[in-house]
Amino acid sequence: MASSRDIRNKIKSVKNTQKITRAMEMVAASKMRKAQDRMKKARPYGEKIRNVAAHMSKASVEYRHPFLANRETVNRVGVIVVTSDKGLCGGLNTNVLRRVLNEARGWQNNGKQIEACCIGNKGLGFMGRAGVSVISQITGLGDAPNMEKLIGAVKVVLDAYTENRLDRVYIFYNRFVNTMKQEPVMEQLLPLTDKLIKGDGVESKVLRSPWDYIYEPEAKPVIDDIMVRYIEALVYQAVAENMASEQSARMVAMKAASDNAGNLIDELTLIYNKTRQAAITKELSEIVGGAAAV
Amino acid sequence: MGTVFHLDIVSAEESIYSGPAEFIVAPALMGEVGIYPQHTPMLTRIKSGMVRVKAPLKDNEEVYVSGGMLEVQPDVVTILADTAVRGKDLDEAKALEAKQRAEEAMKNKLSEIEYARAQAELIEATAQLAAIQQLRKRGH
Repeated sequence: MASSRDIRNKIKSVKNTQKITRAMEMVAASKMRKAQDRMKKARPYGEKIRNVAAHMSKASVEYRHPFLANRETVNRVGVIVVTSDKGLCGGLNTNVLRRVLNEARGWQNNGKQIEACCIGNKGLGFMGRAGVSVISQITGLGDAPNMEKLIGAVKVVLDAYTENRLDRVYIFYNRFVNTMKQEPVMEQLLPLTDKLIKGDGVESKVLRSPWDYIYEPEAKPVIDDIMVRYIEALVYQAVAENMASEQSARMVAMKAASDNAGNLIDELTLIYNKTRQAAITKELSEIVGGAAAV
Repeated sequence: MGTVFHLDIVSAEESIYSGPAEFIVAPALMGEVGIYPQHTPMLTRIKSGMVRVKAPLKDNEEVYVSGGMLEVQPDVVTILADTAVRGKDLDEAKALEAKQRAEEAMKNKLSEIEYARAQAELIEATAQLAAIQQLRKRGH
């Protein structure tokens, strides 16, 4: 049996761990609220730009953007993997990376090549180990998704797509369902599916006949800009969701860890008291035995 | 019909303005444009600057946007404001940076893998040494 001092030390160390996990839980809880706010605030942009894209798809535009054209043969697949930078958030990253791995295996079996764009440290490390070629990456985003930082990484993927080095692009991230539940999802980014360019159904009644926009300065650059921004908005939204998921997953994980530490402390305290009791009993009986012998 | 249109000014980070408007002036790329309800559909880039909004029964309001896109439909006007400073060269530089970082990371990963392999070999070697020593002890 362990000595009472050993047990006391053990209890102390578990208590220290519990302090840390509890602090992390509280930090995550406060960050979670902010992350959720940001996620909600990012929604209108996505909605509006989708409406614009929907309008555009109805207009008799003379220029059709490559993002909208479906490609028959798919040889190379691009994946944008959104993960967190830090760990200690339960199975969040593992879930999304497992999803990626499953899909990637399927593609590889069909002889498709895969290239990845990694947003977040965990995904980058994983893709590096899995031997997937990473064409762009961004890590260290902090607590707020930053459009400025995302642009570069996304542009590499978009350029690869326009230059036909990629035929399809998917994005993987954790969708925030609620505080207790986040689900890993895969969405097709390119070519844009009908689902992604379906507007809210608000249509101008005046303009039933074929119509087109007035473009300033020209159709092509303006449409290009809109399309790029649309994809960026989708990625931004995914990152915002993933960040909210990360904080809530961390909060839940840290709460579980604190609870477990509490249980462990209870058990250890029980053992500690038992050994203490046993030591006292032993001492007493020795004294009594000694007195009887005298 | 229609003396107002619905105006939305949104950026990726938040919704800046949403509500009815009678008239707006926006800094389009080719010069300022004023938009009344029932305007022809129009798509244009806008520069950074002030968007003047006249909401019904309210004074003029000015909203700053740092560039973006403007979509005009007869009864809906949307301004998609940028949050980042944009420019073809700037974007290009950012893309290059992201690419380089990825390449570097891949290289580092390789060295990390090498390191892990070396470490594994080292552990194996020391274990073998320990085993040999044990055998020797027993032998003596």
